[in-house]
Amino acid sequence: MSQDVKLAAYLDGIGLVGPGLDNWLAARPILAGAVPYESRPLAVAAPQSLPPAERRRTGVAIKVALAVGQEACANGQLDARQLAAVFSSSGADNDNCDAICKVLASDDRSISPTRFHNSVHNAPAGYWGIASGAMTPATVLCAHDGSFGAGLLEAMTQVAIDRCGTLLIAYDMPYPEPLHAKRPLPAAFGIALALMPERSAHSLARIELSLVDAESAALAEPELEALRRAIPAARGLPLLQAIACGAGGRVVLDYLAPLSLAVEIELCR
Amino acid sequence: MTPLQLSHFTTASCLGHGLAATLAALRAQQSGLTPCAFETVTDLHTYIGEVAGLDPTALPVRLADYECRNNRLAWLGLQQDGFSDAVGAAVARYGRRRVGVLLGTSTSGILETEQAFRHRDPASGALPDDFHYRTTHNTYSVADFVRTAFKLEGPAVVVSTACSSSAKVFASAARMIAAGVIDAAIVGGVDSLCLTTLYGFNSLELLSPGPCRPYDVDRNGLSIGEAAAFILLERPADSLDADAVLLLGAGESSDAHHMSSPHPEGLGARMAMAAALKAAGLQPADIDYINLHGTATPSNDAAEGRAVAAVFGNTVPCSSTKGATGHTLGAAGGVEAVISALALQHGFLPGGVNTRCVDPDIPVQYLTANREAAPRRVLSNSFGFGGTNCSLILGRAA
Repeated sequence: MSQDVKLAAYLDGIGLVGPGLDNWLAARPILAGAVPYESRPLAVAAPQSLPPAERRRTGVAIKVALAVGQEACANGQLDARQLAAVFSSSGADNDNCDAICKVLASDDRSISPTRFHNSVHNAPAGYWGIASGAMTPATVLCAHDGSFGAGLLEAMTQVAIDRCGTLLIAYDMPYPEPLHAKRPLPAAFGIALALMPERSAHSLARIELSLVDAESAALAEPELEALRRAIPAARGLPLLQAIACGAGGRVVLDYLAPLSLAVEIELCR
Repeated sequence: MTPLQLSHFTTASCLGHGLAATLAALRAQQSGLTPCAFETVTDLHTYIGEVAGLDPTALPVRLADYECRNNRLAWLGLQQDGFSDAVGAAVARYGRRRVGVLLGTSTSGILETEQAFRHRDPASGALPDDFHYRTTHNTYSVADFVRTAFKLEGPAVVVSTACSSSAKVFASAARMIAAGVIDAAIVGGVDSLCLTTLYGFNSLELLSPGPCRPYDVDRNGLSIGEAAAFILLERPADSLDADAVLLLGAGESSDAHHMSSPHPEGLGARMAMAAALKAAGLQPADIDYINLHGTATPSNDAAEGRAVAAVFGNTVPCSSTKGATGHTLGAAGGVEAVISALALQHGFLPGGVNTRCVDPDIPVQYLTANREAAPRRVLSNSFGFGGTNCSLILGRAA
């Protein structure tokens, strides 16, 4: 099949938010094994770049997505208005979904307009545009547990074909009960990667993606591995760990069975 | 971009099941909209575009976990117009891993969840045991369903950007084919009626009490519909019939303006149309018909009309077919690509139905009657909540 097709890009910026992983810079020594991982509830604020009315309407999913996107742009010294965006999530704003389903099952089905417009899977992309001013294309994907892989494949394809910088924002958040029992996502989590067609002074690595039949990489730290397995957006952690370790080489990430994504990493610094 | 062929396609909407029924309804300028009596929704005074015959449709036993209205609608679509056979032939030609599945939906099978919440355990609050989240409610469900139904092993994804979803899948699939990741793609969209969208649009006061009237001076909101549209997209055959339909360009943009209102000047819409023209290497004068997004909300049609006028002036005939189909949300881009393909193949421009008096403040050439013509290239607009915009350009091979 397409083992011979390789998609290449330069990774210029990384954003990360998860339980015990406050941001990419703080998480780097943890992923490298130099600082022990300690799980704790995640706290993330809505960005100040959103107008106050919009800021009030943002839930956890939107806050996580925007926080990692902004961190990746800041670390890569990139202007979000110049980047296409690929959002990928297995579920989007799951608190909002729960609230709507409860109202619709009640005697009064009047849901709020804000609830409704936040229910679309692309709500974070909409808020991202309002916060950043980016009028560039933004696509929004879902592939259930393969959502990180699907987002990375789409973003790498955009870089390869459109030759434009593309920001991948993969994020997830838990459902409250009763949906939590059916879809147990333990915590909110987000990873953003700023992927560029050309090498710059800020490039961290050149990465090359291909579709393979191979087992995905596991993380040695048991709690981080548990996050990786339980949260679709966290399936990208082995790539971040390789960068954090300054190791380069090859990692295999989950996608859609029987396919996985192999990422060859060549460090730029 | 390198043109791709829409080698096979089909659609099911309130206009009917399959291409022949859809074409006949368009030719007759029929609307499929009826007063809303969907499920338990008896308190909304609006019209809907409901697909007939969905309730008794049963999925094959091996796909039983995918049982929900959205996947039943998908299954109905796959059985029409020889589409499944065409996919089978493509799989034989390219291989299971070289045929991608890229579909749009906004609400997937969430109706199952809405109903499951009514049947929560009174003591524990738990959802019923027979509720399957992954294969019904999850946004990816319909692409997973189609991938599983055809025993495919290649890339698959759902694009869920509200009402531009099943237009944007064409752009993603074209990139994947250009990059050599796949050789062919099943694209399109499936969106089905559910309480979230009916009560949601009602909360925004965007539902018309009657059949929607796009671009009418007295337009007063949209009519929600449901539909499936499937298109097999691949590199053009070596020798093409003159009426083969090609994807010539796709353009995407974001409004960066508001979550549920379009940019008042239609700036994002303008950028998407311009990007599609650029991708196709065409000028505005090369477009013979525009299938408008045309939801019939006051703000959408005003903003889109301004954008169309800014790019094309008032010389290109255009219409919205949502008066006929209703707004099928995440399936709209796919449905309207199929309608555009029918217009190209059968030589007519579909007039918009229900529109009695075109808004004189929107300076475009809006068609209210069918026109016999020989369009060679058409542009189709799809815009959505969150300020997402996509324009597609389709053309005849000759």
